[in-house]
Amino acid sequence: MITSVILKKLINALQDLLPIIVVIGFFQIVVLRQPLPQMGEVLFGALLVVAGLTLFVQGLEMGLFPIGEAMAQALARKGSLTWLLLFAFALGFSTTVAEPALIAVAAEAAEIASSGGLIHPDTQQQYAFGLRMSVAFSVGLAILIGVMRIIRGWPIHYLIISGYVIVMGMTTIAPEEIIGIAYDAGGVTTSTITVPLVAALGVGLASTIRGRSPLVDGFGLIAFASLLPMIFVMGYGLIIFN
Amino acid sequence: MFVEFIHDFSKILLATGRDVLPILLLITGFQLFVIRQPIPHLRRLLVGGVYVVIGLALFLAGLEKALFPLGKIMATQLSDPTFIYGAGEIPLQADWKAYGWVYLFGAMIGFATTIAEPSLIAVAQKANEVSAGAISTWGLRITVAIGVAFGISLGTFRIVTGTPLYLYILAGYLIVIAQTLMAPKGIIALAYDSGGVTTSTVTVPLVAALGLGLAATVPGRNPALDGFGLIAFASLFPIIAVMGYAQLMHYLSQRRKKIMENKNAL
Repeated sequence: MITSVILKKLINALQDLLPIIVVIGFFQIVVLRQPLPQMGEVLFGALLVVAGLTLFVQGLEMGLFPIGEAMAQALARKGSLTWLLLFAFALGFSTTVAEPALIAVAAEAAEIASSGGLIHPDTQQQYAFGLRMSVAFSVGLAILIGVMRIIRGWPIHYLIISGYVIVMGMTTIAPEEIIGIAYDAGGVTTSTITVPLVAALGVGLASTIRGRSPLVDGFGLIAFASLLPMIFVMGYGLIIFN
Repeated sequence: MFVEFIHDFSKILLATGRDVLPILLLITGFQLFVIRQPIPHLRRLLVGGVYVVIGLALFLAGLEKALFPLGKIMATQLSDPTFIYGAGEIPLQADWKAYGWVYLFGAMIGFATTIAEPSLIAVAQKANEVSAGAISTWGLRITVAIGVAFGISLGTFRIVTGTPLYLYILAGYLIVIAQTLMAPKGIIALAYDSGGVTTSTVTVPLVAALGLGLAATVPGRNPALDGFGLIAFASLFPIIAVMGYAQLMHYLSQRRKKIMENKNAL
């Protein structure tokens, strides 16, 4: 019984990975025409990936989703908007500020800015730190706005489209070197553990508050978290460089 | 090899643990000082949390062992001028028609990594649950993956041609806005979200390697200016794909209804 359940989950994880194996195999054998280097190591790694994904998906259903929903419901029942918004902001800020992908992007951005003569090489670290803080702040603010939207029932597309307009407007005045990084910053800020938690928070809130549909209102938090960093990174560039 | 692996794995496990730490502190703090109520099924939640951390660490360790080195080597090999232009002379200006394999690789690796992306699996599961099964998990994942595939492919084309990034993003935004006005309401928030979830643990490292590799080797490109933007493409096009899919399904069901009505009228 248990073995068949585990087997089923393993097969699911294998299905998730099949496309990668096919693509790499195809390009390696047909296009580049080179044998796979270190076959044993690759197979061992693939095995770890399958086992890891199986465990992760299992833990998702048992842990992350219920925690996110339980927090949303408990805070909504408490009825204090301040605490709810504070929680939303802290969740966004704290999960982003130490995100390795963000640290890497910020360091890279500082290097580009200093090699482009936009900042003094000595202030490079300070610049990277400021960039990180502004991105983390923007993600916190994004989750806060998203939660506010769920509570008030604002239509999401007005907010997102205004965000797009701001992004485009800032693109015309921001220094060219920062634009590519700013656009990419939107994608890298939401980590694998944050996403399920935030999704569960939104859906949990929308299903607790009367008159909200979990599908129409529950999603959208991640969308804000990938839009606002773009604006803040460009804004940071504008303030620092001018 | 085994000792080395244990060392690598414990390093990754520690890093994943550090990722979880702020969440843990935040939730515990709120639980103790604000909500002040016992958490139901606490043991089960904790076990689930441990599963997530260990699972993610294993997943990352495996990726770093097997897929990332391979994918990065392949990205460099495919964008290598001697592979693209053969033994002949390398031109000063890039010929965008010579990079067919790069576009195809971009599309396929974008699709494949998105299917394996754990955060997309999570959101797809949630969407399936919330829509009472109307949104299928695999349907959403494949639609998003097609969007990413198109995005990465177009993004590599942009790097090769050196056209400005903001023009593509502007065009993408205009399409998203037009679609938003017409798409079924229930899908809009989910579509916007699917832009952000596509790019995390699996996709970003591979795609970034492809972008920087291309920008460094394509004649006439500057890695600082042209190497970025692939992730932005990969977060924009899934939005278009998901809304487009919903529009198509909506249109087909409307047409079917009309045909049925016509039949009944006869």
